[in-house]
Amino acid sequence: MNNHNTKPDSWAAKNTKNTLIVFYWTVAWILTTALVKFGTEYVWQSNRLLTGLAILFNVIIGFGMVLAVKRYLVGLDEMQQKIQMDAMALSLGVGLVIGLGYQSMGQTNLIPFEAEVSHMIMLMSLTYIVGILAGLRKYR
Amino acid sequence: MKNRLKVLRAERDWTQAQLAVELEVSRQTVNAIEKGKFDPSLPLAFKAARLFGLSIEEIFQDEAGS
Repeated sequence: MNNHNTKPDSWAAKNTKNTLIVFYWTVAWILTTALVKFGTEYVWQSNRLLTGLAILFNVIIGFGMVLAVKRYLVGLDEMQQKIQMDAMALSLGVGLVIGLGYQSMGQTNLIPFEAEVSHMIMLMSLTYIVGILAGLRKYR
Repeated sequence: MKNRLKVLRAERDWTQAQLAVELEVSRQTVNAIEKGKFDPSLPLAFKAARLFGLSIEEIFQDEAGS
């Protein structure tokens, strides 16, 4: 294969580009999430129109982030996709089972604090990271 | 599933990274396939076969059948 040293590393370059795009969308989404929270609290206070517009903007940017992640996942190779899929399945399963149990604990006052969605997001994020690390270790 | 990817690569004096570029996968994926930890899909197996100018059976062997 004579051309093998001259072939451009286009797949890796495309992956790097997709990763950067996900990063930019994620930063934009975090910023618009902060805008909703802090804008309502410190800038425009009770202005419902501005709050609504900020939330709408946040949701639109959120969808952009989801599409960027989808493009990133499609661009991965098949083993990387499997690692991602396994980690996401683990995260979803743990989130569903623990989430419902956690909600029940909150509703029945088994826990002294309110069961919040943010706690579940943190749990699912940590589970996803553990899943990714386990996948990388499995195929190392 | 066993495979001769490592031998074929070594015969051509290619690194895993170079083979990964040719197959459009990550170096980690090439490594996992060579070690038998990950079985490639049929399209990827065909791609490897085309690259080495061999048939799929000459690269990949089913361990259950051997």
